[in-house]
Amino acid sequence: MSDDLHDLYQDIILEHNKRPRHYGALADYTHTAEGYNPICGDKLTIFLVLKEDRIEAVQFEAACCAICKASASMMAEVLTGKTLVEAEVALQRVRDLLSTELNLKADILVDGEIAALGGVRKFAARIKCATLPWHTYVAALNS
Amino acid sequence: MADRGNIVPWQIAAQKTGALLKVVPVDDDGVLDMEAFEALLSEKTKLVSVVHVSNSLGTINPVKTMIKQAHALNVPVLVDGAQSTPHMPVDVTELGCDFFVFSGHKVCGPTGIGVLWGKREWLEKLPPYQSGGDMIEKVDFDGTTYKGIPGKFEAGTPHIAGVIGLGAAFDYLNGLDRAGALQHELALLQAATEQLSAIDGLRIIGTAPEKASVISFLIDDIHAHDIGTFLDAGGIAIRAGHHCTQPLLKRFGVAATARASFAFYNDFEDVERLVTALNKMKQFFC
Repeated sequence: MSDDLHDLYQDIILEHNKRPRHYGALADYTHTAEGYNPICGDKLTIFLVLKEDRIEAVQFEAACCAICKASASMMAEVLTGKTLVEAEVALQRVRDLLSTELNLKADILVDGEIAALGGVRKFAARIKCATLPWHTYVAALNS
Repeated sequence: MADRGNIVPWQIAAQKTGALLKVVPVDDDGVLDMEAFEALLSEKTKLVSVVHVSNSLGTINPVKTMIKQAHALNVPVLVDGAQSTPHMPVDVTELGCDFFVFSGHKVCGPTGIGVLWGKREWLEKLPPYQSGGDMIEKVDFDGTTYKGIPGKFEAGTPHIAGVIGLGAAFDYLNGLDRAGALQHELALLQAATEQLSAIDGLRIIGTAPEKASVISFLIDDIHAHDIGTFLDAGGIAIRAGHHCTQPLLKRFGVAATARASFAFYNDFEDVERLVTALNKMKQFFC
């Protein structure tokens, strides 16, 4: 087994894939959007409950790969309870961690579980799997 | 059963002409419903387009029978040979089709080039679809005449390097024992089908009795892209995703499959390597 593969499928990712948090449709959402990657067919729906500028709840439903599902699950955990400004900071951090130009080293103490997404960067074809939930969150906000 | 490349052009044509697009259903094994085909076929049918070999299921369609049935009603038939041309010897005259198409990159050739073969009578009837450059015979403000076939379909600067590359690919393929290569691929298909079926939780999508050496599969609830990445890390290249056949996969209730294709250059060790890697993968994800 290659080290890169272990970096990609870290235990945190596998665990979130097996037991995704905040999974399932939300009836009383204020914002929603469907994200779709036409190249691979991954699909997910994000539901948000926004009160003033605070994200009170995030739920998602998905038919997608382990990377995408784990990223959505971690995103839901991270965004719940955050203000929109705080959420934007988290979103930018994920963008930076996945950027092959910046090539940052994730720090589990600072980044928490999101640090696990740093391993995706080496797999160019899979970066979009990790970013799809976050793009969909932005689309939901703008809906 | 078609790839979207054999769906969307007909949708565009139907929009332009008001024609109706009718789809032949497939059964649970991935075999075309020939009774439905006969029922759909009528003297009003303008064209039948059929994929020779399904890229996502491997099904070899009974194109010769379909051509006979269509011709009995004077309906022309286009065969998409993108998957059959690399896997088996094809004789368009013997098939009797009116058009036969395939892409260069599936026959060991370059990308961005392909072949449209058509019966002379049809190609002469068809108008140019692009204008410019080499398709013109004489040009004047009073009117322009076009070259004959195939020149009238070859507007602009041709893909010269691509044509030379495609020619080299054909020379290479024709230097092989194509019938022997087919037998070898079918033996690989049989071995792989047996060994993959023995993996607990593995489900093969596409179980037609007549198949080319293509196996689409799913394992437990591991997503096809995760299968693809895992195998890739072990040096095994498969295709993962919808294979550009979204409507067909929808028919089977799945969004994506992993697909192993065996070519003449594969051997039985490759089959074993695939099976070993898949067993390792099951432990990794479960």
